[in-house]
Amino acid sequence: MATYLLRRLLIAIPSLLGISLILFTVLALAPGDPFSEMATNPNVPPEVREAIRASFGLNDPIMVRYLRWLGAMAQGDWGFSFASRINVDTLILQRVPTTLFVVGSSQILALCIALPVGIYAATRPYSVFDQIANTLAFVGFSLPTFFTGLLFILIFSVSLDWFPFVYRSDIAATGWRWYWEMFRQAIMPICVLGLFQAASYTRYVRSAVLDVIRLDYVTTARAKGLGEKTVTLRHITRNALIPVVTLVALQMPAVFGGAIVTEQIFRVPGIGSLLIDAILANDTPVIMAVTFVFACLVVIFNLIADVLYGWLDPRISFS
Amino acid sequence: MAGSTLASPSADPVLGAVTTAKVISPGRETWRRFRQHRLAMASTVILSLLILGVVIGPWLWPVPINEIDFTAQLQRPSLNHPFGTDDLGQDILARMMYGGRISLAVGLAAMVVATTVGVCIGALAGMSRRIVDPILMWVTDLFLSLPQLPLLLLIIYLFREQLKAAFGVEGGVFVLIVVVIGGLRWMPVARLVRAQFLSLREKEFVEAARASGATKMRQMVRHILPNAIGPVIVASTIEVSSAIIAESTLSFLGLGFPPDIPTWGRLLFDAKDHLDSAPHWALFPGAAIFLTVLSINFIGDGLRDALDPRRVI
Repeated sequence: MATYLLRRLLIAIPSLLGISLILFTVLALAPGDPFSEMATNPNVPPEVREAIRASFGLNDPIMVRYLRWLGAMAQGDWGFSFASRINVDTLILQRVPTTLFVVGSSQILALCIALPVGIYAATRPYSVFDQIANTLAFVGFSLPTFFTGLLFILIFSVSLDWFPFVYRSDIAATGWRWYWEMFRQAIMPICVLGLFQAASYTRYVRSAVLDVIRLDYVTTARAKGLGEKTVTLRHITRNALIPVVTLVALQMPAVFGGAIVTEQIFRVPGIGSLLIDAILANDTPVIMAVTFVFACLVVIFNLIADVLYGWLDPRISFS
Repeated sequence: MAGSTLASPSADPVLGAVTTAKVISPGRETWRRFRQHRLAMASTVILSLLILGVVIGPWLWPVPINEIDFTAQLQRPSLNHPFGTDDLGQDILARMMYGGRISLAVGLAAMVVATTVGVCIGALAGMSRRIVDPILMWVTDLFLSLPQLPLLLLIIYLFREQLKAAFGVEGGVFVLIVVVIGGLRWMPVARLVRAQFLSLREKEFVEAARASGATKMRQMVRHILPNAIGPVIVASTIEVSSAIIAESTLSFLGLGFPPDIPTWGRLLFDAKDHLDSAPHWALFPGAAIFLTVLSINFIGDGLRDALDPRRVI
C-alpha cells in the first residue's frame, strides 16, 4: 500500500508541473502588465519604474522567471497581492476553508441523493420511477448553476424570505445561534451545487449498477437464498461504487467551476469569488495562485480517488 | 491477427440473408431509431423553434435592441413588450433574439473547434504505434485535470484587449471565446476517437485496405473514421450544450461579451441586481438557456440510441 501511495504521488508531480507550465505560459504571453497602472501615474519617474521592474525580476528571460516562480511556489512564497496589500498565501488560506466547506457539503448532499435514487432506478430499469428519475436528472444537469442560483434567490429569498441571499462571514451571534445562522446562509449555495452534481451522479450510479446487476455472482447470491435487500446493498452496490469513485473524481474540475459561479452569486467569501475579484482588479499574483490552487485541489482529489479505488477494489495490485 | 480473420461460420449466411431481404440505408435506419425516442423528437421541435425564433424573429419583431426609453423602465411583460423591459426601458424580447443568435453561434462554432481538434489528436494517438500515443494521452489527461473555468477566465481576461484591437469588439470576443472554449473541451472527443481507432485499426477491413496498398492517411480518412463517427456525433452534440453553458457562465460573471452585445448570459448578469423588482428580466433568458441546453442534451441521448447498432429498439 505504501509503495502504491508513493507511486501515485510521483505520478501527480509531473501533472502539477505541466499545469504550472501551462499557466505560466498563458500569463507570460499575455499583453497585460501588472505595472501598467504605475506607467500612467505621472508621479512615478521611468527610472524608478524600471528599478521596481528589475527588483521583481520582470525583465529576465522567461525560463528564468518560470524557474524562479516555481521555486518560490514550492517554498510557500506565493508573492504579494497588488490589490489587498497582504501576502497571497495568507489571503488564500483565509478563503480555502469556506470553499472546501461549501464544495464538500454539496458533494455529500449530491451523493446522498444520487446513491439511493440511482440504485433504486437501476434495480427497476425502465419502470415509471426510473423514467421519472432519468428525466429529472436530464433537467438537473441542463439547468446551469447560475440560473438555479438566481431561481433559488427569487423563490426562497425574495418571495418566501426564508434564507438570506448574501453569505456573511461576520455573524454577530454566539453558540447555537451562530451555527443556526451559518447553516441558514449556507443552505442555498450548497443546494445549488449539490443538486446539479446529484443529477449527473444519478446517471453514473444507475449505469454502474446496471453493469453489475446482470453478473453471475449476483445470481449466485440470489440462488443462495439471500434477501433482495442484502443482495442489492452488500453484493451489487459495493461493486458498482468502484467505477463511480473514478467518475466523481473526473467531475472535480466541473465542481470547482460550479463553486466559482455559486460563490459569486451568493457572495460566499471563498477562493472562487477571490479569483473573480482579483481578475477585476488586475491582481496578477492572486489570479495565478488561485488558479494554481484550483489545479492542485483537482489533482489532490484525483489522488484521493485513486487511493480509494485501490482500497475498494482488491483486484488492483499495489506492487 | 490471423486468428480473428475467421468470423463464426454460421454468422455469414445469416447476415447475407438479412441484407438481401430488405435494403435499408443506414441513414433511414438511424432516423427510424431516433424517432422512437419521444423526448428527443420533442426536443428537436423545440430547438428548431428556438433557432427559427432567433434567426427570423428580428424581422417579425423589428424593435431595436438599444432603444432606450426611460418612461418604460423595468416593465412587466405586456403587449407592447411581450418579455418586458430592462432598467433602461430596452425591449427584452428583441435583445434576447439578438443575443440568442450569438449564444447559439458560439455553441456551434466552439463545438466545431473542439471536435476538429479532438478528432485530429485522437486519430493521431490511435494510429501511432510508438511514442506519440502515450505523449498525446498524457497531454489529454493533463488538460482533463485543468480547472477549466478559472483558466477560461484567466485567458479571456488577459487576451481580450489584444483581440478587440485585431477583430473589432464583437468579432474579437467571439473568436477568443470560441477558440478558448473549443480548445479546452476537445479531450472527451479525443479519448473517444482514440479508443475507436485502437479497436478498428486491427479489424479485417482495415487490414484488407492496408494489404491493397492504402496509405496510412487513406486508411484513417476513408476506412476507420467513417466507422468511428457515431460516438463522435453524440459527443459533439453534448459539446454544443456545454459550450453554450460555458459562454453564458463567462458572460454571467461579467467577463464574456461586453454589455452592448446582450447574449443570454449577459442578460442574466445585468438582471441579477433587479431580481426583486423585475424577475421576468432574469427568467426569460434563463429559461431560454435551459430549454436550449435541455433539448440539445435530449437530442444527444436520442442520437446515442439511434447510432449505437448494438442496441435493439
